[in-house]
Amino acid sequence: MKCDLCNNEASVHEVTVRNGVKFERNLCESCAAQHGLESQGGGPIAEIIKQFMAPGGSAVAVPVVPGGQRVAVCPSCRMTFNEFKQGGLLGCPECYRAFEAQLGPLLERAHEGAIAHAGKSPRRQGAPVARPTGLSLAERAMRLEALHKQLEQAVRSEQYEIAAKVRDEIKRMGDAPGAQP
Amino acid sequence: MSDARPPQPPQPPPPADVLPEWLKNEGDGPDVVLSSRVRLARNLAGQPFVSKASRKDRQCSLERCRDRALHAALAPRLIWYDLHLTPPLERAMLVERHLISKQLAKGRGGSSVTGEDPRGVAIALPDERLSIMVNEEDHLRIQAIRSGLALGEAWADCDAADDKMEAGLDLAYSQRFGYLTACPTNVGTGLRMSVMLHLPGLRVTGEIDKVKRAAADMCLAVRGFYGEGSEAIGDLFQLSNQTTMGKTEAAILRDMEREIVPRIVEYERASRKELLGRRRVGVEDQIMRAWGLLTHARLLATEEAMQALSLARLGVLMGIIRGRGNAPVDPRAINQLMLLVQPAHLQRAVGRELDQEQRRLARASLVRARLAVVG
Repeated sequence: MKCDLCNNEASVHEVTVRNGVKFERNLCESCAAQHGLESQGGGPIAEIIKQFMAPGGSAVAVPVVPGGQRVAVCPSCRMTFNEFKQGGLLGCPECYRAFEAQLGPLLERAHEGAIAHAGKSPRRQGAPVARPTGLSLAERAMRLEALHKQLEQAVRSEQYEIAAKVRDEIKRMGDAPGAQP
Repeated sequence: MSDARPPQPPQPPPPADVLPEWLKNEGDGPDVVLSSRVRLARNLAGQPFVSKASRKDRQCSLERCRDRALHAALAPRLIWYDLHLTPPLERAMLVERHLISKQLAKGRGGSSVTGEDPRGVAIALPDERLSIMVNEEDHLRIQAIRSGLALGEAWADCDAADDKMEAGLDLAYSQRFGYLTACPTNVGTGLRMSVMLHLPGLRVTGEIDKVKRAAADMCLAVRGFYGEGSEAIGDLFQLSNQTTMGKTEAAILRDMEREIVPRIVEYERASRKELLGRRRVGVEDQIMRAWGLLTHARLLATEEAMQALSLARLGVLMGIIRGRGNAPVDPRAINQLMLLVQPAHLQRAVGRELDQEQRRLARASLVRARLAVVG
């Protein structure tokens, strides 16, 4: 795939959704750098969701390996998911967000089917942790998980009105007092 | 090395003869459970994890964690080791005392230009119940050890130290995943609870493999004497939880301390009883051969010594080995030898560096001398 701005091979694939309208760009590494694109991972579907969730629809990007397959990259430490698979260690705390989609099933297997943390939280983050919806932490995490799946399906089927509602619900839960990133 | 308030001049590691907490033979069930250990994995928010961090980042993490550890009033006395500046033999002693991991002692390599990788450990003295490793796999590994089956007490120590450290540091945490760790197998609580078990009875009766299989079915890890990747020398096994996400700390503690460990302790005691009953002559023979080796050998390798000490410990606990005037032998004398036969402690006890052959000679000599007083 060629870069939209020059004849080089595209290595960054950008998808932006604003007000339900999807914009796509394919850029080579040099053009992507000039346009200040940051990579953010999570696999194709998760990537679209990430962009959908980004405030103001800000652009995020996924580099493309030769052959067109997208590669998940952490925007903070630049670790790729393949690097993680080889070494077994993540690069930084942000990797959990960047690779959330891939890590979910892996963590479920590693932790007896668990999908969310239960237990202690840092006091400095405001104790006790608020439970804005009256749900326990685990219940809240399960609810968020389900909403993310709904959002994924809605985006996949291009039902952007539904996706917007689900996004707002996720945002509402995330913005609630005491909620943490 | 520096000490908590005010800074002190460099100090040597604990004397080789001082028993660390995990060999004191105290707490519940010390005949089977040598020690209970709890560790928490924590990382600084906004910093790359150690494996991805630049040298500058690691130095920065080290300084932040060290300053916090030294000012958090974690213990009446706390000593700090800059491990990149500590001689290899002293690092090896800290590994043998289970105060740091092999990985932290080794570091990630360095160069003659940049020097060794910045890393360190804070240790509570004199009991060595608490240690905080910095720049291991995670920025912080907070560890508490207690003698015998005392996971509840060890957890309370570790939890309190975690609170004090966290009061001055922003830790990487997400509401969904919990405490964020370099390896996703530690994410969530970041909590690993483990017990060091002495299981000679189950090994001699051949039941040990059943225990290992049952542990695997319960999502528990069975590791060797020095943790991950190490062999179970001297019939010493570390049993620990593997699931760190989705279960609260209290649930992990309850499962380990009330359900799992007591059952294994029962199995081991039943095996020892069986050995004393139907298989008495056979087990007495094994124990006395081991005692003969320990009290007469002129050369002893570490593993050989540990295996014989394991049987000697079993003999002492069963009353097969008696002291002068048929008096019972204090199991701590055997526990202490399990530490003193280790290469770094042996060299510290002798007072000089030794090559492998010299160590075998010195080890046999030290064991004979110690047991001559006991038996």
